Amino acid sequence: MNKPFHRKDLLGIRDLTAEQIIGILDTAENFSEISNREVKKVPTLRGKTVINLFFEASTRTRTSFELAAKRLSADAVNISVSSSSVSKGESLLDTAMNLDAMAPDCIVVRHSSAGVPHQLAKVSKAAIVNAGDGANEHPTQALLDAMTIREHKKHIEGLEIAIVGDILHSRVARSNIHLLTKMGAKVRVAGPGTLVPRDFAYLIGGNPTGREGVHAATLSSTGGSPSISESNTLATGRVSALTVCDHIEDAIRGADVVMILRIQRERQDSAYFPTLREYAIHYGLTNRRLDLAKKDAIVLHPGPMNRGIELASDVADSSRSLILDQVKYGVAVRMAVLYLSTGGTAISSSKGEQ
Amino acid sequence: MNSGMKLLIAGGHLIDPAAQENTGMSILIEDGRVAAWIGPNETAPEGCEIFDASGLLVAPGFIDMHVHLREPGQEHKETIASGCAAAVAGGWTSVCPMPNTQPVNDNAAITRYMIEQAERAGLANVFPIGAITKSSDGGELAEMGEMKAAGAVAVSDDGRPVPNAGMMRRAMQYAKDFDLPVIDHCEDKSLSSGGVMHEGKVSLLLGLKGMPALAEDIDAVRDIILARDTGAHVHIAHVSTKGTVEAVRRAKDEGLNVTCEVTPHHFTLTDRAVEDLSRGSNEGVRVPYDTNTKMAPPLRSEEHLEAVIEGLRDGTIDAIATDHAPHHADEKSLEYDRAPFGITGLETAVGLAFNELVHKGVIGLARLVELCSTNPAKIFKLEGRGTLAPGSIADVTIIDPHLVWTYTNASSLSKSKNSPFDGWQFNGGAVATVVGGKVVYRR
Repeated sequence: MNKPFHRKDLLGIRDLTAEQIIGILDTAENFSEISNREVKKVPTLRGKTVINLFFEASTRTRTSFELAAKRLSADAVNISVSSSSVSKGESLLDTAMNLDAMAPDCIVVRHSSAGVPHQLAKVSKAAIVNAGDGANEHPTQALLDAMTIREHKKHIEGLEIAIVGDILHSRVARSNIHLLTKMGAKVRVAGPGTLVPRDFAYLIGGNPTGREGVHAATLSSTGGSPSISESNTLATGRVSALTVCDHIEDAIRGADVVMILRIQRERQDSAYFPTLREYAIHYGLTNRRLDLAKKDAIVLHPGPMNRGIELASDVADSSRSLILDQVKYGVAVRMAVLYLSTGGTAISSSKGEQ
Repeated sequence: MNSGMKLLIAGGHLIDPAAQENTGMSILIEDGRVAAWIGPNETAPEGCEIFDASGLLVAPGFIDMHVHLREPGQEHKETIASGCAAAVAGGWTSVCPMPNTQPVNDNAAITRYMIEQAERAGLANVFPIGAITKSSDGGELAEMGEMKAAGAVAVSDDGRPVPNAGMMRRAMQYAKDFDLPVIDHCEDKSLSSGGVMHEGKVSLLLGLKGMPALAEDIDAVRDIILARDTGAHVHIAHVSTKGTVEAVRRAKDEGLNVTCEVTPHHFTLTDRAVEDLSRGSNEGVRVPYDTNTKMAPPLRSEEHLEAVIEGLRDGTIDAIATDHAPHHADEKSLEYDRAPFGITGLETAVGLAFNELVHKGVIGLARLVELCSTNPAKIFKLEGRGTLAPGSIADVTIIDPHLVWTYTNASSLSKSKNSPFDGWQFNGGAVATVVGGKVVYRR
C-alpha cells in the first residue's frame, strides 16, 4: 500500500485491461530481439534488484525470470523455500518482510496457495510479480501464450481457442481465460467432468445457462473494460466468449489454437480419474483429435509435459506444436514485466495490432 | 452488588417476549433476582441504586449458545476471563463454550473447571457444552450424564462432527435420557475436506478449494431423520445454506424437536467478502484473500444469505449465536489455505443484528430478544433466565437502539482480533450488561 508510486504489482490478468495487456505484449516484442544478440544484455535495469521467491519447485519459470532480470542488467537473487514456511518456524509474512527490508525493487513470488502474492503486496514496498499462486493465476504464462499466438496468428481477436485438461486446478487456464476473452477471443474448455466445473463460465461473469452441457457467458468489448452481460448466444447473436464443452472433441473442432494443460499425477491419487492410461486414451491430444481443429491450428502446452499422456509425442514433436516458442517468448515477456513493474513505461510496438 | 442492596433499572422500555411484555417499565432487582416490575405511575421504593434507562431497551440477558473460549489449552487465543469480558461488552450475559478445548471438554472435571474459571472472572455466566464423543473423535460416547451433573447444558462435537450415522443415532438415544440437546455442526467432510470457502462462483474465480453447500445439507437432513427416529432434541448449529433452512422448516412443520441458530456473519456477508473485504472504501482497490473471511461453515452466496434472512423472518431460525472463534494474529496471517477457520463475534453481534435485521425491517425488537435470549434459554432449559418476570435471575441486557458506534479490532476486549468487521459503524448496541443483579459492563 505504501509502495513508491512508480512500482506496480502484477498479481493477475484479471485486474488488467485489454489496453494494459497490449502494452505489456508490445514491450515484450521490443525486448525479444535482445535475446538474439551476441551480447544478450542491455543496461535498462542496472542497479535494480529482483528477488525470485519460490515456495514451489520450478525450473523453467524461475530460470526464465532470472535470465530476464540478468539480460536487463538487474541483480537477481533466487530463493527456494522447499519446506512450508511454518515448519521453518518463520511465517510467510515474516519471510517476505525480511526480504523487503533488503530493499529489492521487485519480488517474484510463486506459492502453492492462492492469494499469497496479494497478501505480500499489502505489506511490501517492492513490486510483487505473481509467478503462479495455487489454482488462481499465472499471469506471465498467459502473457507468453498470448505473445506466441500473436506471433503466429498476427491477432488474437476472433480466434477460437480450446483449453483442454484439468481446468479446475489450473492457474494457467484461469489467466488465459481472462486474457483471451479480454482480447476478444472465443474460449472453449473441456476435460474430465471431475476436473471441469460445469459453471466455469462464471469466471468471466457469465451465468450457467442450464443443463445442455454448453454454458456460455457473453462479453461485449467496449474500450478497455469489457462489459459482461447474461448469455443467450442464439437470441442475441453476440459472441460467446467462454464455453464449457462436455466432450473435448467439441472444444477442439474448428479451433485456431489448442492449449493442452499439464495433468498433475497426484490428481490420479485423489480419484479425479482412474488411471493415466485411461486419461491418455480419452482426453489426450492425438493427431486424430487435432485433425478436428483448423488446418493451421497451433498447439500450446505450458510445460512440463507428460509425453504420451495429455499430449501424444507425435503431436508434441510436430511443426504445429509451439512449445519451445512459448519458452522463448517467456523470457521476453518477463523482461517486459520486470521493466514495467519497476517503473518503466510501455513501449508501443511497430507491429502492434488491435 | 452486595446482598440486600437494591438496583432499580428505571424508565426503560421492557421487552420480555416470555412474559409477553413490551412496554415502559422499571425493574427492581434485589439479591440478584428480579423483585418487582414498577410501572410508570407507581413509586419506586426508597434506597435503591438507580440505573437511568430512559430511552433505552431493557431485555432479559442475551445468551450466546455458541462460542469458543479456548480455555483450557489455548490461552494465547482467549481465556474464559477475556472471552467473558468481550461477551459482556457485546451485551451477552451468558455464553456457552464449545468443547474443543485442549483437552476436549469430554468429562465432568473440565466442565467444572470452565464454570469455576467463569466464577473467578465474575463477568458473564458460562454454560459449557460437553463433547458427544471422547476427544470428539467420533469413537466412543463421552460421559454425558456426568457432564450434565457438572453443569453442561448440551452436547456437541462441533467442528469435528460425528461422521458416522450409527454413532450419531446412539448419541441421540443416549442424550435423550439426560434431556440434553444434541448440537451438530453439519458438514459432511467427505464433500468439504480441503475446502477453504464456499464452493461457487467466487471460489472458481479465486482458485480456492470450495466447500459445497450440499455438504451441510446432507448432514442436516441426516440429523433430522435421526431426530425423527430417536425423538431427541437436535439443534443445528450455525445454519448457512438454503437447503438446511428448508430442511429445518419441514422438520418443524412435522413437529420434530429440531431447532437451529444462525451467526451474524452468515446473515451479513456473502462469499464476495473473500474476493474483496474493502467494502469499496479503498479507492477501488480490491482486498482479496483476507483470512478474516475464512470460517466454517463458510460465507455463502447471495441465495443462501436470502434463505437465512427468510428463516429469521418466518421463525424457522430460533437463535442468533456468534460462533465467536478467536485465533491469534500469527495464525490468521498465514496463507489463506492454511489459516485456521473462525472469526471473533461477541462484540459485533448486536450491532450487526440492528444494522442488518432490525433497521432493514426483517425482524422487530421483540423477535430480536426472542432470538438472543428467550429461545436460547428455552433450548438449553436455563431455569430463571430468558425472562425478567419477577422471581427470575437478574441477567439484563440494556440496549440503546440509536447508539451510533464503530467497532475496531484494536479496541476489542477479546485476546484475539480476527474480526472482518473492523471499522464497521453500527446503529444500535448494548450500553450496559447486568449479570446476577450486578452491572458488569457500562459503555
